[in-house]
Amino acid sequence: MKLVTLQRAVARAVMQTLTPSERMRRTAPGGGRMSAYAARFIKPNDRLTSFERLEIYNRQYWFRLLSSMAEDFPGLHAVLGGQRFESMCKAYLAECPSRSFTLRNLGAHLETWLRQNPSWIRNKRVLALDMVRLEWADIEAFDGQAKLALRSENLNEIVGPNLQLSIQPYVQLLELHYPVDDLLLEVKDGDDTADFASNAVNDRRKRSKVRAVAKLEPAQIFLAVHRLDFSVYFRRIEPEEFALLNALRNGKPIERAIELAFQKSSIPAADRSASVQHSFQTWATLGWFCRPDENVRGEKSHEKRA
Amino acid sequence: MWRAGKFLLALFPSAIGEKNSMPANRFNGFTEYGIGIGLRSPHYEHILSRKPVVDWFEIISENFMIGGGRPLHILDRILDQYRVVQHGVSMYFGSAEKPNREHLSRLKELVKCTKTPWLSDHLCWGSVDGRYTHDLLPMPYTFEAARLTAQKVREVRDFLEVPIAVENVSSYAEFHVSEINEWEFLNEVVEQADCGILLDVNNIYVSSQNHNFDPFTYVNSVPAERVAQIHIAGHSKFKKYILDTHDHPVLDPVWKLYERAIQRAGHTATLLEWDDSIPSFREVHREAMKANRFLADTTLAVAV
Repeated sequence: MKLVTLQRAVARAVMQTLTPSERMRRTAPGGGRMSAYAARFIKPNDRLTSFERLEIYNRQYWFRLLSSMAEDFPGLHAVLGGQRFESMCKAYLAECPSRSFTLRNLGAHLETWLRQNPSWIRNKRVLALDMVRLEWADIEAFDGQAKLALRSENLNEIVGPNLQLSIQPYVQLLELHYPVDDLLLEVKDGDDTADFASNAVNDRRKRSKVRAVAKLEPAQIFLAVHRLDFSVYFRRIEPEEFALLNALRNGKPIERAIELAFQKSSIPAADRSASVQHSFQTWATLGWFCRPDENVRGEKSHEKRA
Repeated sequence: MWRAGKFLLALFPSAIGEKNSMPANRFNGFTEYGIGIGLRSPHYEHILSRKPVVDWFEIISENFMIGGGRPLHILDRILDQYRVVQHGVSMYFGSAEKPNREHLSRLKELVKCTKTPWLSDHLCWGSVDGRYTHDLLPMPYTFEAARLTAQKVREVRDFLEVPIAVENVSSYAEFHVSEINEWEFLNEVVEQADCGILLDVNNIYVSSQNHNFDPFTYVNSVPAERVAQIHIAGHSKFKKYILDTHDHPVLDPVWKLYERAIQRAGHTATLLEWDDSIPSFREVHREAMKANRFLADTTLAVAV
């Protein structure tokens, strides 16, 4: 048997979903008995059958991937509840197995997949999608690329009607229908001490998270998920700021980006200039600006320049 | 001790044995590293604030093959003060498919940054048709698999321009199609690829218990001159098999294998792996330093 044929056959079995009691399925991929399927490739020994030896890898695969999803999406876990979250993850991973060398990217397609499979989030569609977007943005903001940052003093050099300014790749801009930033912070609160917490504490925490989800009212928010001193922050921004940052990110010249940002704004025309100036100063201080074509690895470089 | 060993080596080189006073070889970049610790996030603060004396740190390459942020900042600070060796978990030398180009490019970028004297990854497979299991799956020990794996090791080494060492994995299954045993397969791959070995003595022990072979036969069969590095770790015993969990101190049978490996390979860069239920840095460090019991007198060790 050729190497690739064997690897395809084993991978199909390893990646097949477990039973509800977390054992390997009795039915092989494509039908037939799994015990016969396993015996075709794997030797038994004096303690384990071929089935049991293959099952070790099948279970390891699912435990590892589900644990990674739970770690990356605690907010969605809180929104859906433990059982539904796990079932949803199994369905997602069965349809979208990892195509990346790193587990970091395991949830990269979750938002798209949930939009295509809304039955998993039927009662909380908008809330769940908001949460997935926020949690993926959290991952991107944590370790996304940082280009050389332009500070306030650099901005004077590039001011002009057709000049462009870009936004750091790690800054994630979100328009959301629920204040899921508050919810996620609530969910994550205390997670660091989970290993040491008693069952009673964990139960109280779980009930508190359920209450937090239940009482969450819809509210449109605009959010910049960014990092500062290597920690991720959720910063609420005004609709005009959101539009302006998006326009800059999409390559619009500064003047045009400002025009677009205030198209539907209720801010009086007289106050807009000061508002823009204030926003630019803040964002420059936070290190959000970079040149459009800059391609220099990050923070260490700009720390040295500062 | 060192002088006596060197004197004996000059007079009776054959009596001193196989490379036991020569840790540096072309598979570890002619370095003479001692005992290292796996760099893990629960220890970052301790390491950066207390600056403990550690000969070198082993990093999991994939954790740092990212765009930016805290992990790379920590790595920069570690590199300012310590020597770092890269260890990978997803190159899958044994997968039948070609190496992932994005993976290789990112890895090369990291290699340039860390200046790792050698780079290790596992002698296993874990992906097929672009889909990743994120596990270290055992190889079928066939000559076809050895040839394809060696070819891939060569390709990766040529691209990365750094010595490669392949690590034997612990396994829970064996394939009917195997034509040779595991150590014969390892030897076949490293000879064809002309690469080094990261000898994991804990993995040898785990597999020996799961597959009923003598672990000393394995250690004695490895070409000692190709051993670039050694891994030690803890494991967990279940009713019918042993699992490589890296969540315990090193157990006695593994120390005995380590002792034998050191007798054969000489003073070799040694790394304690502790990846789950990670205790304090001090505890991990203390456990790793136990390797000194065997490294201290390697110059007089005689290989058999």
